[in-house]
Amino acid sequence: MNATEDAIAVEGLQKSYGSVRALCGVDFTAQAGTVLGLLGPNGAGKTTAVRILTTLLKPDGGRARVAGLDVTKDAAALRARIGLAGQYAAVDENLTGFANLEMVGRLYHMGRADARARATELLERFELTDAAKRPAKTYSGGMRRRLDLAAALIFRPPVLFLDEPTTGLDPRSRLSMWEMIEARTAAGTTVLLTTQYLDEADRLADRIVVIDHGNVIAEGTSDELKDRVGGERLEVELEDGGDAERAIAALAGMAAERPALEDGAVRAPVNQRSGAIAEAVRRLDAADVGIEDIRLQRPTLDDVFVALTGHGAEVDPDGDAALDEAVA
Amino acid sequence: MSSLALTISDTLVLARRNLARIPNQPDLLIAYTVQPVMFVLLFVYVFGGAIRTPGFDYVDFLMPGIIVQSIAFGGFVTALGLSEDVQKGLIDRFRSLPMSRAAVLTGRTFSDVLLNCLSLAVLLGVGFIAGFNFIDASAGEIVLGIVLLLLLGYAFSWIFALVGLFSSSPETANAIGFTLIFPLTFASSVFVPVGSMPDGLRQFAQVNPFTTVSDAMRSLWLGTPAHTDVWMSFVWCAILIAVFAPLAVARYRTVAAR
Repeated sequence: MNATEDAIAVEGLQKSYGSVRALCGVDFTAQAGTVLGLLGPNGAGKTTAVRILTTLLKPDGGRARVAGLDVTKDAAALRARIGLAGQYAAVDENLTGFANLEMVGRLYHMGRADARARATELLERFELTDAAKRPAKTYSGGMRRRLDLAAALIFRPPVLFLDEPTTGLDPRSRLSMWEMIEARTAAGTTVLLTTQYLDEADRLADRIVVIDHGNVIAEGTSDELKDRVGGERLEVELEDGGDAERAIAALAGMAAERPALEDGAVRAPVNQRSGAIAEAVRRLDAADVGIEDIRLQRPTLDDVFVALTGHGAEVDPDGDAALDEAVA
Repeated sequence: MSSLALTISDTLVLARRNLARIPNQPDLLIAYTVQPVMFVLLFVYVFGGAIRTPGFDYVDFLMPGIIVQSIAFGGFVTALGLSEDVQKGLIDRFRSLPMSRAAVLTGRTFSDVLLNCLSLAVLLGVGFIAGFNFIDASAGEIVLGIVLLLLLGYAFSWIFALVGLFSSSPETANAIGFTLIFPLTFASSVFVPVGSMPDGLRQFAQVNPFTTVSDAMRSLWLGTPAHTDVWMSFVWCAILIAVFAPLAVARYRTVAAR
């Protein structure tokens, strides 16, 4: 693979399970050395895409190349160039952390001494050295994910697939996973990351592909996607929730659209960033509304998702949530 | 390395994995040691007095049969292990690795052979303590019997591999094993002579491969007339492997996690 070729190139990818269309002709690419975030709710087709790109599943139509190799025609050669880790933390619970890594290294056909040295190195880097000799079933959720990620990295694959790597983790473990992933990308690995967490895509991904019901509905950098939704938003938390109507009336004059009460805060889209907070404080003060907190916020990816799909990212309105889980 | 050498190397890596995880699963170790001992003791001392086996002490009649049953079910650990690998997503990891496509299964069935050797040693040990003796058996016949048992265990490992790959959880594998296959061992000459069974059941028991293999073991270890049982037993094992090994590998290629 030369430096200019895309590490991941997907064209018109289709996959159905019976009458359910999981992917309806999906296109996306990822340049070598970048992180592509595949963002979507449960059942959007993210896991199906990952399973096709990691040779676990054959597509019904379309083409996909990873590291310059076709995922169906060159599947056997491709497996030596990819690593897979994800939400199911596929480690053997009855083996020690060290034995898990050694086994995976040997199955990549590394020599025994090589596999062991690399296992020791990764356990150290992933802060698992103290737990190296314990069965993985004694590990916390965060430790298992780190072991799973270490297993995916043992052969230094040029392309890494992470299927919802932090789903179900506590905030601290999540942050630690993010740091581990960032360290990999800094080292030049191409990463395809699926997530239903907008902040995760925002933080880790160079480019984001938003998919919903098996279709790509948007693509771009985090900033490009946010620009599609438009300007800044003023958020005011009130000392007394009963003042909401008066606050909305007071801010209406300066807002691009009518302010609204959401999640206990009054939100108002504004066109002009400079002076917006001072103006809002003056207006609210004049209306005798007490302010608990006030801030200007750029649109979040959540706003992007609502704007693109008419529904939030983490709720599936059709009730076919967990399609990936049910049919995969 | 050639693809055959890689398959062998992958098989050994996974067989080693299957054995290395056993100390962390005490329940499996019990299944391999304590459970067969309980069965021998229960049958010899509870049923033994009430079952007539003309020409033999019941313990002599029983041991070849109960060893056949135990060894056939030795492969059950493969069904449990594979269904667990499917459920936990390990199969996905293995299928995404540049390893042999058959090695997950050959590794399982190979480690089963080693576990069956352990199981066989325990069973023979408790059998001797309970009074079992080889009768009119040459060293060659004893060894041929052991080879037949291990081959039978190997054949059943492939059956259980298929069961495991079709089961969504170890519990399902357990249900399939013990409602479909376990009763088959009772409708045979494993525990009692088939002559005492009612019409219908008796004819079924006579053609049941468990009867063929149990009778073959008795001819090798107790000197009973062999008829066609010994070579038919090897044919049965070959048929089971020829049918179930390709089915299990085909299922492995397409099986999905969860």
